[in-house]
Amino acid sequence: MEGAGVPTVAVHTHVFARLVKTVTRANGMPTARQTFVPQPVVGRSPEELRAYIEGQDPVNKRPFMQGLIDGLVSPLTEADLHGISFERSTPRHLAPDSEENLQRLFEENRWTDYLPIVLPTGERVAAMLKGTRRRPDEIVGRMRPTRFREFWEYTVEKVAVNAVMAGAKPEYLPVILALAASGMTARQSSTTSWAAPAVVNGPIRNEIGMNAGIGALGPYNHANTTIGRAHALLSQNLQGGSVIGETYMGSQGNVWNYAATFPENEERSPWEPLHLQRGYKPTDSTVTVYLGGWYTLSAYGPRETWQERFRHMLAACEPFSAPILVMDPIVAHDFVKLGFGSKQKLIDWCAENSRVPAREYWDDPWVQTLIKPHAVAGVEPWATMLKAAPEEMIAKYRAEDISIVVVGGETQGGFRMISGSFSRAKTVSVDDWR
Amino acid sequence: MTAKVTVHDPRGFAPVVTGKILAPRLASLDGKLIHLVDCLFDNSEVFMRQLRDWFAEHMPKVRTEIVKPRESWEDDPGMRARIEREADAAILGVGL
Repeated sequence: MEGAGVPTVAVHTHVFARLVKTVTRANGMPTARQTFVPQPVVGRSPEELRAYIEGQDPVNKRPFMQGLIDGLVSPLTEADLHGISFERSTPRHLAPDSEENLQRLFEENRWTDYLPIVLPTGERVAAMLKGTRRRPDEIVGRMRPTRFREFWEYTVEKVAVNAVMAGAKPEYLPVILALAASGMTARQSSTTSWAAPAVVNGPIRNEIGMNAGIGALGPYNHANTTIGRAHALLSQNLQGGSVIGETYMGSQGNVWNYAATFPENEERSPWEPLHLQRGYKPTDSTVTVYLGGWYTLSAYGPRETWQERFRHMLAACEPFSAPILVMDPIVAHDFVKLGFGSKQKLIDWCAENSRVPAREYWDDPWVQTLIKPHAVAGVEPWATMLKAAPEEMIAKYRAEDISIVVVGGETQGGFRMISGSFSRAKTVSVDDWR
Repeated sequence: MTAKVTVHDPRGFAPVVTGKILAPRLASLDGKLIHLVDCLFDNSEVFMRQLRDWFAEHMPKVRTEIVKPRESWEDDPGMRARIEREADAAILGVGL
């Protein structure tokens, strides 16, 4: 709007001060006028917000309203009339140094997850690149920490560099390239501490020795662990960073940010594998990447009262992010005995029974922020849900938001509901990156 | 002497930053229309209403109107066009 001649001032909460500085600089207008109020705005009464307005700007150390008005009427400076233009090219290689110093450099530059990395020497990267027929200089994709941030771009070689750092083997590279090609970051900067759970399907799982059995979601398999770690490292390094206060704002963080990739146990599942829901064939290899991992609920079953338990669990799941039902094969087979001959049949049951009172559904910050505008605009099913009386029970998930993945080694009949809306997940071919 | 090794830079490729200039500022807000843009974050509407009321009480010659984008976290060209057509200035909030 500034470019169209409309003087503008933006209001933020104070915890975003560093991030605002980074974003305005990356947009070429570092002097764009900004004002700040205390965090939080969410949950504060009209009186408390009025006190913010009549109080001090905690970042600029002046009355909030004075900053707001000055931002619209104070004459422009020389810097305002130019903005800043610059390039940020990164070298292909770093200056030679000892391994000890380079480990320290990578850590100090926030290029690691604070665990030791395998240094990406030319020899190691060249060996990694043998894991794909793709040229090293081919563009794989673009990634950014969140919406309204700039996209950074990356090549096959850059992905291979991060795969080396994670300790991956060359034969894993097609899966890692597919994760990178998804454009789904495993280093989301949202204040909600997201991760990026990813499910591998098809023949590639067994070809590279992934573990879908006992301990599949834990640190018990080289491929599972290092592929997940590679997705995490490449995300932070190829998107332009994941630095607290600048490119990462997750209030609590998430242990799944270390590694969150696992295969489906197709061999022991009674149902069709996940990627068939996306139109792939059983002989295709894919990876499905979710924005999720925010919550996990665990239970056993299905026991006699499974329907009540499922309803309670579905009611407890965060409304914006529908669950991935991650089931041990024992649980999946027991559901078949109960008449659920397909994943879809159980998904439909879950969608129908994900009912909560309307007042509870709408009393969620992200439903308010991200879904309510659709409801107000008349988009169904949310428009009808918005008309519901406060105590009316409404289904908070659509069937297309829910997915089921069979994982585990049958030492226990357990399952989890892990956040990750299927409708927002991306499924990418691994075969395209072989 | 410790052996030195050469390693790859792990970072991606950043876009080129092109400088942008700010709009000319107003001589005064008296008689001007300010669009208060509610970015749809939870409770930002309440904040904008308080801001509107503050202007009404303390700077009654300033006209304000609360406007909203079509949805959160998405650019709304229609809203931007309306602001550019109708408003003398804009205040965006609260959040990023």
